[in-house]
Amino acid sequence: MKVPTMAEYMAEGKQPEVLFWVGCAGSFDDRAKKITKAFVKILNNANVEFAVLGAEESCTGDPAKRAGNEFLFQMQAVTNIEVMNAYDIKKVVTACPHCFNTLKNEYPSLGGNYDVMHHTQFLKSLLDDGRLTIEGGSFKGKKITFHDPCYLGRANDVYEAPRELIRKLDVELVEMKNCRKKGLCCGAGGAQMFKDAEPGNKEVNIERTEQALEVKPDIIATGCPFCNTMMTDGIKNKEKEDSVIVQDIAELIANAQDL
Amino acid sequence: MEYIPNILFAILLIAGVGYFAKNVKKLSRNINLGKDVDRSDNKSQRWKNMGMIALGQSKMVRRPIAGFFHIIVYVGFVIINIEVLEIIIDGLFGTHRVFTKILPDSIYGFLIGTFEVLAIAVLISVIIFWIRRNVIKLKRFLSAEMKGWPKSDGNIILYFEVVLMTLFIVMNAADVKFQEAGVGNVISQYLYPLFEGNIEMAHIIEKTAWWLHIAGILVFLNYLYFSKHLHILLAFPNTWYANLQPKGEFVNDANVTKEVMLMMDPNADPFAAPAEGEDEGEPEKFGASDVQDLNWVQLLNAYTCTECGRCTSECPANQTGKKLSPRKIMMDTRDRLEEVGKNIDANKGKFVDDGKSLLNDYVTTEELWACTSCNACVEACPVSIDPLSIIMEMRKYLVMEQSAAPTELNVMMGNIENNGAPWPYNQMDRLNWKDEN
Repeated sequence: MKVPTMAEYMAEGKQPEVLFWVGCAGSFDDRAKKITKAFVKILNNANVEFAVLGAEESCTGDPAKRAGNEFLFQMQAVTNIEVMNAYDIKKVVTACPHCFNTLKNEYPSLGGNYDVMHHTQFLKSLLDDGRLTIEGGSFKGKKITFHDPCYLGRANDVYEAPRELIRKLDVELVEMKNCRKKGLCCGAGGAQMFKDAEPGNKEVNIERTEQALEVKPDIIATGCPFCNTMMTDGIKNKEKEDSVIVQDIAELIANAQDL
Repeated sequence: MEYIPNILFAILLIAGVGYFAKNVKKLSRNINLGKDVDRSDNKSQRWKNMGMIALGQSKMVRRPIAGFFHIIVYVGFVIINIEVLEIIIDGLFGTHRVFTKILPDSIYGFLIGTFEVLAIAVLISVIIFWIRRNVIKLKRFLSAEMKGWPKSDGNIILYFEVVLMTLFIVMNAADVKFQEAGVGNVISQYLYPLFEGNIEMAHIIEKTAWWLHIAGILVFLNYLYFSKHLHILLAFPNTWYANLQPKGEFVNDANVTKEVMLMMDPNADPFAAPAEGEDEGEPEKFGASDVQDLNWVQLLNAYTCTECGRCTSECPANQTGKKLSPRKIMMDTRDRLEEVGKNIDANKGKFVDDGKSLLNDYVTTEELWACTSCNACVEACPVSIDPLSIIMEMRKYLVMEQSAAPTELNVMMGNIENNGAPWPYNQMDRLNWKDEN
């Protein structure tokens, strides 16, 4: 798999067209790594000159900030900005809406100004430019529902890019009763991913999984590694893993084309 | 002697408006206890938001049933109050329906006719609202924070509206001259037969209804300050001053930036004495433990909240039985702010520590840690209140001032600090996925 680093580009005296910000989940979480690889396959297939920071990348600081540790967040941010500015980065794409939100909205006032895109927006732009073709392949006619990640949807008003990609797969896109602006959280945001939930009568991801199952989908499409984990766990909890699959949009596109 | 009613009216009006003005001053003082925040940018967008969201009720109609009836009550209330202008002139100068002399019959008739129709529409809507609150028992009106005063408050407002609308119709129906002229009495004409037999009695009823109507309006005006109903005024500034940035952007704390930049500056001398003239005041507190630590827009938010509960009904934590309710966060903030305000009043303009705070005495840490920061509450609010920003400020206080994060979060933060990821993986291994199958 061809995954050049910024350092390699710099050594050659070249600049990639975009930095792929992999994120902690995309780097370390076994499930999310599959999303990372699927996205890289698409990028390579579309001949996109991208690079990653590799060992020079560090947590954006999102979970620290949402947990209340502004100091740790800003230390992370300033360190990352120093690295990215040294490479003169202009454009960033990431498959994690939390990284996307933080890089796009919270880095500028600390000196990091980049054109930041979520991978669904980036793939949509490749599609519009004719650099990417999406075919239904094995997904043709399947029923897909899309779970809006909070940090992509409500937080940044990106609702259409993921849906337009899904429609290109020749599938039937069905919406849950709570979608877009009213999309229910998967339960992982605000640093909840890293702690047990407070006492209650249900887990948030179970509630959301039930909403998804109501529309009887074959596939639950996600656009966030954390949502993906939460929905996958929900499907397992409901013992539906044989009939419903949870996949990131990048995985769906890559799999449809047997990349 | 003949001027006694005019004088009485003037006294009533001055007392009613005066007491309200006094409370508005207190309200503004309390809101200004908050920290400064600049929300004066992008004025055209702000006017547009106010026009769409407050004036145009664009977010109310996202729930069509409540939205529809709310628009009737809102439009009805605003428009019928044009009539108050005539009442005030009549009251002060002893005239009777002064606008009949200024406006042509057709216009006066159209106005009063519209008011009458709206009054009936408002009555019906208010009854439906009452049924929703007391008979159907919608879940969002039954939460723990809606017991006691908040429940009574909601009903008292509805009773006020019923009484005011009824008085308006009765006042018109018993007005013999108005009925005989027959312009604009589209609804009240059907009640006129009840009064036309006894002209003297009709006159007394008309006058009584007239006095009670204007007195009722003044009492209602003064009730606002003590009620969730303040939203009818504050929704306008609140939507104007609302955050315009993407909802996912949480403001970077400038005080922290100062420290971080100092730490990152290789030339900074950590033992340097502060420069001449540099402020050596108390170090800024991080986050919020009490209302004075919040900014004034957050405090305005608290006074604007009308406790409709749309935020809470959309909250994933609340839906799954956790203690967190964004509405309660707003109600607590207002209650505590009122308490602080009363403390200041009782202590000659200075706040004397009462050993209480918004955090712990009102909002528990269990509520704060249940938030997923998903912004559903912010999106749901029909008047652009932001409960999430208050939750985040209080988390910041817990973590940065008290090191009181849940253990698992401390582990997560320790990992980020040591190896640049929330999990204990080595930063040098970040690209290992490339070679794995």
